[in-house]
Amino acid sequence: MEEKIIMGAEDMRRALVRVAHEVVERNRGVEDLLFVGILTRGVPIAQRLAGHIERFEGVQVPIGSLDISLYRDDLSHGARHLVRKTDLPADVVGKRVVLVDDVLFTGRSIRAAMDAVMDFGRPQSVQLAVLVDRGHRELPIRADYVGKNVPTALNEEILVRLAEVDGRDQVVIIEGEGRQPSRRGGER
Amino acid sequence: MKATRTAERSATLETLPVQGSRRRHILDLEDFNPKEIEDVLEMADGMSEVLRREIRKVPTLRGKSIVTLFYEPSTRTRASFEQAGKIMSADVINLAASDSSAGKGESLVDTARTLQAMGVDIIVIRHPMSGAPHLVARHTDVGVINAGDGSHAHPSQALLDIYTIRQRFGHLDGLKVVMVGDILHSRVARSDIWGLRKLGARLVLCGPPTLLPADAQAAFEAVGDDALSLETDLDQALRGADVVMALRLQKERQEAGLLPSQREYVRYYQVNEERMTLAKETALVMHPGPMNEGVEISHGLAHGARSLVEAQVSNGVAVRMALLYMLASGRESA
Repeated sequence: MEEKIIMGAEDMRRALVRVAHEVVERNRGVEDLLFVGILTRGVPIAQRLAGHIERFEGVQVPIGSLDISLYRDDLSHGARHLVRKTDLPADVVGKRVVLVDDVLFTGRSIRAAMDAVMDFGRPQSVQLAVLVDRGHRELPIRADYVGKNVPTALNEEILVRLAEVDGRDQVVIIEGEGRQPSRRGGER
Repeated sequence: MKATRTAERSATLETLPVQGSRRRHILDLEDFNPKEIEDVLEMADGMSEVLRREIRKVPTLRGKSIVTLFYEPSTRTRASFEQAGKIMSADVINLAASDSSAGKGESLVDTARTLQAMGVDIIVIRHPMSGAPHLVARHTDVGVINAGDGSHAHPSQALLDIYTIRQRFGHLDGLKVVMVGDILHSRVARSDIWGLRKLGARLVLCGPPTLLPADAQAAFEAVGDDALSLETDLDQALRGADVVMALRLQKERQEAGLLPSQREYVRYYQVNEERMTLAKETALVMHPGPMNEGVEISHGLAHGARSLVEAQVSNGVAVRMALLYMLASGRESA
């Protein structure tokens, strides 16, 4: 299996700085914003976005982490996920929730994340920021903010590595060993 | 191998590599490896967060059916499993032996097969005969959880005990855990022993000689394990203890001639405040319930500051949610 690097550390940094600016621009400020990182890699990305915003707006946007294992639609299809703790710092009622994830694929994880967030209360709105959008949506879900669009074939895979989790920053594409998402159920 | 590759993946499911094949039943802690126990504890943490929400409901087991099949009475265990299933949106049916056709002579396996034919996904069974859950597991395709079989095992109780200890102490490794009472007949004690040893706790089993498993210490030493000992003197046993677990004393033991009298048991083996001064100052007290206050445990300790009894009960729901989730995930729908 060969890996090809499609984003290096600097590319990732610039993309996230741009996304951070877009979030503030689209929401006309930072009021009521709440970043909710989807475990695992959505969380450090959310932290970086909040860090950038703090640098140019001087305000700390709160960050929560969300485990979606209990909301997935693929329980009966052989997938087994370790359940981790969800930690939302503030009430979501009335907040502008920005879900943050590393890769957007089929959209099922985001559907699960929206159901999970709604169980905590009624947000003002829910937006989605992803580092990479690889296409192949199986549900009518779209990202509001995208770091990089990477059209992929179904037999390819996108791997995001983050310094906080994997020791380095890079996005790679792996040829030749993808999965048929709708057969297995529950992809991104 | 797929399992190790997926550890790195971010764009795909974050599946947990399970050693060996995925578990189809939860019958016994004896065959759990320490990593699996840690996984259950970690999942229970996730489940605990759900229990702290205002709306305690998640859709995880929607469409799955769970039957609790109890051939012995129970308050906490059965209600706990029922709660756990319902919070996760499963359909839960409770069958007590008295209101089933067991009274008409229907065998256990036939009952289980009937339930399987109805599309039940998981049977949670408590039975007075050791091995009954294993029989059901062998003869059906449903997932089986042992909620207590004879004097053999009670894995969910042990897991919630371990979870409770870890919650308070942060770890189990090196803790001195003293179990007091009728160890010989206690399925709770057996499962606790397996689980606590696998996670590195030191165990002292204390009780009247007639109620202790005489060859336990030797059996463990024979496999190089010297962290389990027997002790008939409670004061000796309690020295330096971190956790003291009192086990329920059953009347039948006295009737069977294993005890001279309840009063004598209380005098020598009751876990009370005075005796607890011999344990560490930070020592805590546990009991699987239901408690005979004034017998194996004093009233004061049962509800005092050292008592973890209520925590055990609430943790029981989180741990059982984790177990139901473990069995239900990875099973093709019935």
